[in-house]
Amino acid sequence: MSSIAPDASVGGERAPHVAPMPVAAIEGWFTLDPERPALLGTRCRQCGTVFFPRAEGFCRNPECRGREFEETELSRHGTVWSYTDAQYRPPPPYVAAEPFEPFAIAAVELDEEAMVVLGQVAKGFGVSDLSVGCRVELVLEPLYEVEGVPHLIWRWRPDRREPG
Amino acid sequence: MTGDVAVLGVGMHEWGKWGDNFSTYSVEAALMALDDAGVEWPEIQFVAGGETVRNGYPGYVAAATLSQALGWNGARVASCYAACASGATALEAARTRILAGLCDVALVVGGDTTPKGFLAPTGGERWDDPDWLRFRLVGATNPTYFALYARRRMDLYGATDAQFAQVKVKNSRHGLSNPNARYRKEVTVEEVLASPMVADPLHLLEICATSDGAAAVVLCSMEFAKKRSGARSPVRIRAISTVTPRFPNTVIEMPNFSTDSCATVGEPAFSFRDSIAIGAYEEAGADPVDLDLAEVYDLSSALELDWYENIGLCAPGEAEKLLADGTTTIGGRVPVNPSGGLACFGEAVPAQALAQVCEVTWQLQGRAEGRQVEGAKLGLTVNQGLFGHGSAVLLAR
Repeated sequence: MSSIAPDASVGGERAPHVAPMPVAAIEGWFTLDPERPALLGTRCRQCGTVFFPRAEGFCRNPECRGREFEETELSRHGTVWSYTDAQYRPPPPYVAAEPFEPFAIAAVELDEEAMVVLGQVAKGFGVSDLSVGCRVELVLEPLYEVEGVPHLIWRWRPDRREPG
Repeated sequence: MTGDVAVLGVGMHEWGKWGDNFSTYSVEAALMALDDAGVEWPEIQFVAGGETVRNGYPGYVAAATLSQALGWNGARVASCYAACASGATALEAARTRILAGLCDVALVVGGDTTPKGFLAPTGGERWDDPDWLRFRLVGATNPTYFALYARRRMDLYGATDAQFAQVKVKNSRHGLSNPNARYRKEVTVEEVLASPMVADPLHLLEICATSDGAAAVVLCSMEFAKKRSGARSPVRIRAISTVTPRFPNTVIEMPNFSTDSCATVGEPAFSFRDSIAIGAYEEAGADPVDLDLAEVYDLSSALELDWYENIGLCAPGEAEKLLADGTTTIGGRVPVNPSGGLACFGEAVPAQALAQVCEVTWQLQGRAEGRQVEGAKLGLTVNQGLFGHGSAVLLAR
């Protein structure tokens, strides 16, 4: 938490540092709930199939002709289907911090939706913290900053309280 | 029952990294294939080209670009893009036209010039393109996906990094005397494991490079082949599989963020990758036990092991055993990647599926000097292009 002195700007002093509000790195893919963030998918009103990233317009189940979808929050927990890391800087449009820090990536099978979703692994965790089948939880962390504004992305955080 | 078509001639420009115009490679490969077939360019009635997406407009209209470079001959053209599977899609266009009786002889070609480093998406800001978004939001490169499959083999089946490295060792030996291979150097398990880690558990020497190169095939009707093939009996294409996935596709694939959900509709009987070779076997009424060799898409060392299972050489989890007991080495029961595979070639995207067909053709004709699979009668090529493109070609003599 940043504390702001009420009179900090008085007397020609420098304006106080106010942490800018973070924004989503992509609109509409996840909620910005600070406690319980969730990926946002869509559910076909006709066959009930859930899609992420969101499907709209026409259902991707070939047996279904559904055209109406409702937004739905996906499971925040899942098990790791597989995992790896990026030891080299990915090419643009990835926005890499300087100096580049390797990061881990996991493909996670969501508890409810029976689908696997890719994502980076939370900062501070690497491949040695992961195994196929281990439990993870969805969190939001800054992916990069634009003019000081953090752009948030979903990440998978290993649940260390459970055996891997 | 589908009819056969004949491979009358094949040709390749060697793989490397020179940065020349892709069309110059394609012309060389095409001329070689025409000479090999004993067919003159003006006789060609149909040209199918695998497109390249990194060489501007001429790359998008690859078949026309080649036709103009060889001198317009009035042939009909089709340019096909299916990522790594482009060559098979082009081959299928030519085969279909021949089987329909619309032409007798066709030329199929793919050539590419590739940039250095990771293959990156097209430039600009494209927030509705999953191929752009996977780099932007996750930093997921192509090796990311290869590594996910590799790690899963380790955690599920107990595969080791030394076993993965052994695939590279085998392929580096296979490709040693292949004049078209870019890398002709034997490597050891130790050298593979000492190379930099790119995407855990895959090291630099286990990941396919990007290359320049071109491959071409002259395809014709069986009747045309009878008149033209002389003493050499032509290789027959018995099946081409260009299948797409079936919903729900439950294995994460480039460039996707997710699989389909199988919560409402159950999983299909076969995974997408399994269905690619099955499509070819079913079309030809063939069985994997009859295979004498296979060229599979070893985008990574570990991925070659997945393919053993996907094309029915063994059950899931048993690929490491086939590798270790020499079954898939030249001299074994069913050598895999006798050409040296992508491990020795690197990837020239629109040419690669055709390069696989060239290799199997040479093998079936006993022309694969220094890497010959003795007595080979039936060979399979298999690969997969991103965005859901299957590619398998079954060839016989």
